[in-house]
Amino acid sequence: MKATVEAKKFTGTRGQVRRKRIELSGAAIIGLLLVVWLGANLIKAPTQFAQVTVLGLRNGLLYALIALGYTLVYGIIELINFAHGDLFMLGALFSSYFITIWFHQENSNLAGWVTFLLALIAAMLFCGTINVLIERLAYRKLRRAPKLAPLITAVGMSFLLQFIGIKWNGSTPRQWPTVIPHGEYVWFGVIISQVTIILILVAAPLLTLLTFVVNKTKRGKAMRATAQDQDAARLMGIDVNKTISFTFAIGGALAGAAGLLYQQSVGTTNYNLGFQLGLIAFTSAVLGGIGNLNGAVLGALLIGVVQGLNDGLPIALGQRWSQTVVFTILILILVLKPAGLLGKATTEKV
Amino acid sequence: MAVSSQRKWATGYLIAVVLLFITYQFLFPWDGLPTGIYDFLQLWLPPMAVNESLVYVICALGLNIVVGYAGLLDLGYVAFWAIGGYCAGWFMSEFFYMVNLHFFGSVAKAAPGIHVNFWGVLLIGGLVCAFFGILIGAPTLRLKSDYLAIVTLGFGEIIPQVFFNGDNIGGFNLSNGTKGITILDPIPAGIKNIGPFDFGYKFIIFVFLAFVMIFISLRLRKGRLGRAWLAIREDELAASMMGVPLMQTKLAAYAVGAFAGGLGGVAFATHVDGVYAERFNFSISIFLLAMVVLGGMGNVWGVILGALLLSWINSTGLPAFGQTFNSRFGTEINFPSFTFLLFGLVLILMMLYKREGLIPESRLRLILHEGDAEEDLSAKESK
Repeated sequence: MKATVEAKKFTGTRGQVRRKRIELSGAAIIGLLLVVWLGANLIKAPTQFAQVTVLGLRNGLLYALIALGYTLVYGIIELINFAHGDLFMLGALFSSYFITIWFHQENSNLAGWVTFLLALIAAMLFCGTINVLIERLAYRKLRRAPKLAPLITAVGMSFLLQFIGIKWNGSTPRQWPTVIPHGEYVWFGVIISQVTIILILVAAPLLTLLTFVVNKTKRGKAMRATAQDQDAARLMGIDVNKTISFTFAIGGALAGAAGLLYQQSVGTTNYNLGFQLGLIAFTSAVLGGIGNLNGAVLGALLIGVVQGLNDGLPIALGQRWSQTVVFTILILILVLKPAGLLGKATTEKV
Repeated sequence: MAVSSQRKWATGYLIAVVLLFITYQFLFPWDGLPTGIYDFLQLWLPPMAVNESLVYVICALGLNIVVGYAGLLDLGYVAFWAIGGYCAGWFMSEFFYMVNLHFFGSVAKAAPGIHVNFWGVLLIGGLVCAFFGILIGAPTLRLKSDYLAIVTLGFGEIIPQVFFNGDNIGGFNLSNGTKGITILDPIPAGIKNIGPFDFGYKFIIFVFLAFVMIFISLRLRKGRLGRAWLAIREDELAASMMGVPLMQTKLAAYAVGAFAGGLGGVAFATHVDGVYAERFNFSISIFLLAMVVLGGMGNVWGVILGALLLSWINSTGLPAFGQTFNSRFGTEINFPSFTFLLFGLVLILMMLYKREGLIPESRLRLILHEGDAEEDLSAKESK
């Protein structure tokens, strides 16, 4: 692979110029199509437009929590953690067992709320621990191995977690009672459910906390240093292994929170839940620029909205093409702008 | 690999093929066969499962070219399988009843639909897949290897979904959706037409296809292209400096791998006598990957062994073992559900402890363990 050099004054090599041209024209065509599509829908059904956007943003928030796990891990050890989506699935299963079977809460009352908060902490601890264990037992040994090895291991790990899911949940979807209220508010004709508000109330502080940890604390600094250069970080006295474990713990905890929120807002669990949602979340991470935390959140919200618009608008492909739309976005992004919306252009490290 | 060892493997597989053919073609229909032996074979080695495992061998050999030879991770191989399958569905059935096209077909001329000769469909399926392989590879092969894995994964999700939802694409029925396309033309093979239940003859045809793939793999491996693939797998930068055209070589790997996927897809369609969209799911891509990894990436004989072993366990071994175990001990354990555990563990444990596979390719072992010494050092350091 040609190593591209960061250009300062000259506009770039011939390849770079051509690349830029491809990116620009691609972006222009896609942008134009998007404007036409959205405009037509906006004129046809403005209320519905706002409605599906709200729904899309709500899903996007969930995707963001999962996408951050991908992006954190990729940022620090350059590994696509295929098992992350399935970790989210285990989080959802754990929450349903915690709330419904272990604590017998089925209604939205004070006891239900307390259990909900307890379940949030428990699910985060649970998923964080599993993620750390996965890293410790499988990925750590392969840190310096050729890239194919950890990738294949991650795929295997995903299958392993799905197996746990099958045994725990059963091979068919399962319905659960939820302890959060399902009332609605109507605002200018747009229905905003209480679930959406709760989702925002839980996810927003988590995201803020994460940003604070990564940007302002010593641990966060260690994480960023390890991401840049592991050997140099080690020379500077950073315990690289501990830092990587910490990163996996945070990623896992976010997946656990997402699992709880998903289970409580949707009410169904299935063993292969993690595969689909994991891929969508990964797409979000790539769209925003993998390795970039803000990018992951932005990408997730965008993907959520696009999916919502596609599923709910009068002029659209409809729900049965939902996955196809998301994966097409993924492929287009990777082909046109592999660095993502907010990511820096990366080159193959030699 | 040494020539003598090659010959040993080839002879071994050949003997197995002859024995199996005699068993299915002559022993199974024979009335004098003791029922004990018949039941045993039907439980542990049914002809359906053997033929299916051969389809897996064909596809695994194709994936081996992409993953084992060229070192590119492809997680969407099932897409080629699906495309091949639908080629068979389109060109060998009465699905397109509005037209009446015959091209050396094996059914009566009056039958509606497109009826192309099976051998022609094999070629069409392979070429269409190779085209799609190049189409998906051309813009993405410049990406980093792990991004490539994701793009192929997305591709492997999109294609089956297009077929799944394909009963109404702008009013056109492309794939008959979830109902699938059923009843394919029999395979014309000189003396007689081979229908869906002629297991013995079909076995021979699948063996022939597998043989073609083995031949292609071994010949390419020795040639200029094969050496270029290995060079890329070992060090892309160095290979490019030595004058290996990266894009062309990688694309060739993709095309040949996809071609094999097409062959496997057509073969599988004739095997189950139909194409069903819901059968083409992600786990097939991973099964194939596990076969390549278990047998030994890059080693043709190892990959064949891995494919036969894992597909047998998946289709026959686990259910049969479960049945025997449950009836003997009076338990009700659902053994087939353990496939996920099994395939996951195969991938993880092989990567952790025996990265080069059961039958390693000598060159690959060295590369795959490169960096282990360094890792030991850093592990000691951190203690």
